[in-house]
Amino acid sequence: MKFSRKALGIPYAVFLVLFVIAPLLVLFYFAFTNSSGEFTVNNLLGFFTDPNTLGTLCYSFAIAFVTTVVCLLLAYPTAYFLATSGFSNKGAMIMIFVMPMWINFSLRITALKEILSIIEGNLAFYPFLNSVIGMTYDFLPFMILPIYNTISKLDPSLTEAARDLGATDWNAFLKVTLPLSVPGIISGISMVFLPSMTNYVVLDMLYNSTYIMGSLIGSYFAAYNWHGGSMIALILLGIICLFTLVTDGMTDEDQTGRGGALL
Amino acid sequence: MANTENIIELKHITKSFEDGFVAVSDFNLEVKRGEFVTFLGPSGCGKTTTLRMIAGFETPTSGEILLNGEDISHLAPNVRPINTVFQRYALFPHMNIYENIAFGLKQKKTPKEVISKKVKKVLELVDLEGFERRSVATLSGGQQQRVAIARALVNEPEILLLDEPLGALDLQMRKEKQLELKNMHKELGITFIYVTHDQEEALTMSDKIVVMSAGEIQQIGTPEGIYNEPENAFVADFIGESNIFNGIMTGPMKARFAGGEFETVDRFPQGTQITAVVRPEDVIMTTPEDGIIKGKVVDVIFKGMHYEITVESGRYEMVIQSTRSAAVGEAIGMTVEPDGIHVIKAEDETNYFNVDMNKDHRLEFNESVLDTSLTKIIKGSHRDEEGHLVDSNGEIIDPDKLRIVAAIKPNDIVMTDNVEESIIEGAITSLIYEGDHYSYVVSTEIGQDFIVHDEYLWNMEDWVGLILPVDKMTFTVKTIKK
Repeated sequence: MKFSRKALGIPYAVFLVLFVIAPLLVLFYFAFTNSSGEFTVNNLLGFFTDPNTLGTLCYSFAIAFVTTVVCLLLAYPTAYFLATSGFSNKGAMIMIFVMPMWINFSLRITALKEILSIIEGNLAFYPFLNSVIGMTYDFLPFMILPIYNTISKLDPSLTEAARDLGATDWNAFLKVTLPLSVPGIISGISMVFLPSMTNYVVLDMLYNSTYIMGSLIGSYFAAYNWHGGSMIALILLGIICLFTLVTDGMTDEDQTGRGGALL
Repeated sequence: MANTENIIELKHITKSFEDGFVAVSDFNLEVKRGEFVTFLGPSGCGKTTTLRMIAGFETPTSGEILLNGEDISHLAPNVRPINTVFQRYALFPHMNIYENIAFGLKQKKTPKEVISKKVKKVLELVDLEGFERRSVATLSGGQQQRVAIARALVNEPEILLLDEPLGALDLQMRKEKQLELKNMHKELGITFIYVTHDQEEALTMSDKIVVMSAGEIQQIGTPEGIYNEPENAFVADFIGESNIFNGIMTGPMKARFAGGEFETVDRFPQGTQITAVVRPEDVIMTTPEDGIIKGKVVDVIFKGMHYEITVESGRYEMVIQSTRSAAVGEAIGMTVEPDGIHVIKAEDETNYFNVDMNKDHRLEFNESVLDTSLTKIIKGSHRDEEGHLVDSNGEIIDPDKLRIVAAIKPNDIVMTDNVEESIIEGAITSLIYEGDHYSYVVSTEIGQDFIVHDEYLWNMEDWVGLILPVDKMTFTVKTIKK
């Protein structure tokens, strides 16, 4: 058999069909059918007319929004400091911030749970706060990395030029560094906002009884309601697509910051 | 304070970095108002660091920078009336041309109408009218460079710093820009401090050139002064093409170098060790009989305005620029008029001589093999199983493509009566007593002069043998351009 470079793509093509395209089709099928297999849009209408599901959507948005803001406020200064300081061993510094990602997730969250129980006494008193703390703890590195990548790629002579032209340190940051790090910020947001709408495992492990989108899908599937659950998953997919479309217009063609170096 | 003639003075400026590297040491310079000063030197010579200290991006470790008589060495860059054109322009990519140029004025809270008037004026100056709304990415390199200049000039700085602003442009464009900048400097009357490694650029544009090497000023002078009267071998070698020879004064205005005796205009006591600099255009080709030295043409290159002719004369090589061509292999004579020879007192008396690599990849001098390891001299090389010398890319090294220069100090050479044990023989053509030893010049059979220090007295015209211990030699490898 003659070996061609195209053959190298076959494994991934198979993977793509089996695990991306086929499940998507299945998802679409279940979302737009009822239990007897007939076409219906009731799942869609049901989602937007049920006050419970809409309430969960709003609550998830709130958690995701606050988590994202907190992550951004923590991550930006950290990333800026890491990228601009003259550490001789930057790699080690980055590793310290990224290391939590390499420690088993359930171990981390269990540890967090214990700490929070000591502080708060009963975890049930602050479900929203605990969700935000859990999500922030989990997703912070995903915000730091893309911002760090963007800032460290900025030409240092740009800030020098701003200083040279009469800008104070703060103004040079505000007018030059900050606007130019927007692509990294957007990557970070897209990697934190959507996952924190759905990652209900964090909530579960913190003995949190509140519902976010992920828990909603989980509960539908637990009740063998494949059709309702698929529709919610599809709606989330729609939100992600929308978000990506909007932010793609805002970032420039340089997408290297997106995704971070570790993924 | 306009009564001080010097706009900026650098006094004993030294800059060392945390790792101990000294980028600039004891730098002293006065710049007159309206002057065009160029810092010239190879990369790593400290010229950019000096510029950055003037701009305020680096603080001198010691010394002071006086602007109009006041010490500014610790002022932040944003409060200095100095603006910079950066090497890669550093235009803000998220702003259009107007916003880029207006940036400095906005920082000073200039009223909007004034800003727009000034931006329009400076865009006219750099010939970019109507470019206000264009984005940086749509501009060519030359246009970006003009925007960078406009962005600096619009602030009406007292000094404009330019850090290799033409480095990113192609040759044709560079030539145009040199004239453009020179004219702009004349028109505006602002002091320009310009950094470049391109000697031609420096010679074309500057009023004053500061030649730097290894963090130290080698020479400060006008372009003509630096070209015609280099103060040391580094400047002579760096500025323009030159033939540089070690030699000795054989009379107050007579020097022996390159295997011949030449009249000079520079006056030094007899016996002074010198470096003679001869510009290629000052060498006159004659018939072999009429020349002070003779040689064989080994290479001729047509350069448009002239021919560049390389002549081998004994152990020496002379490069000649002439409108007259010569044939490769032709025997010619060469003379140099006294005013074509620039004589510098030698800093040290090290002997330099070419050594050859033979077919077996061993070093040879005067047909004797030198017992040394070539793999140590040529970085990254090693010997393969057959004993060939192989470079770091795994290719066998072509002896014709390398020139190896050996250096040995006069103290390390041993003179002997027993010529059998020596590597080379020659006659003593000069001797001077230097307090505790005699300094001899031995003119050897192959036309190369050696300076030898010896504590014993020999006589003029004595025929002696020289022993050159290999372990006292240092070697440098030069790749031949062709």
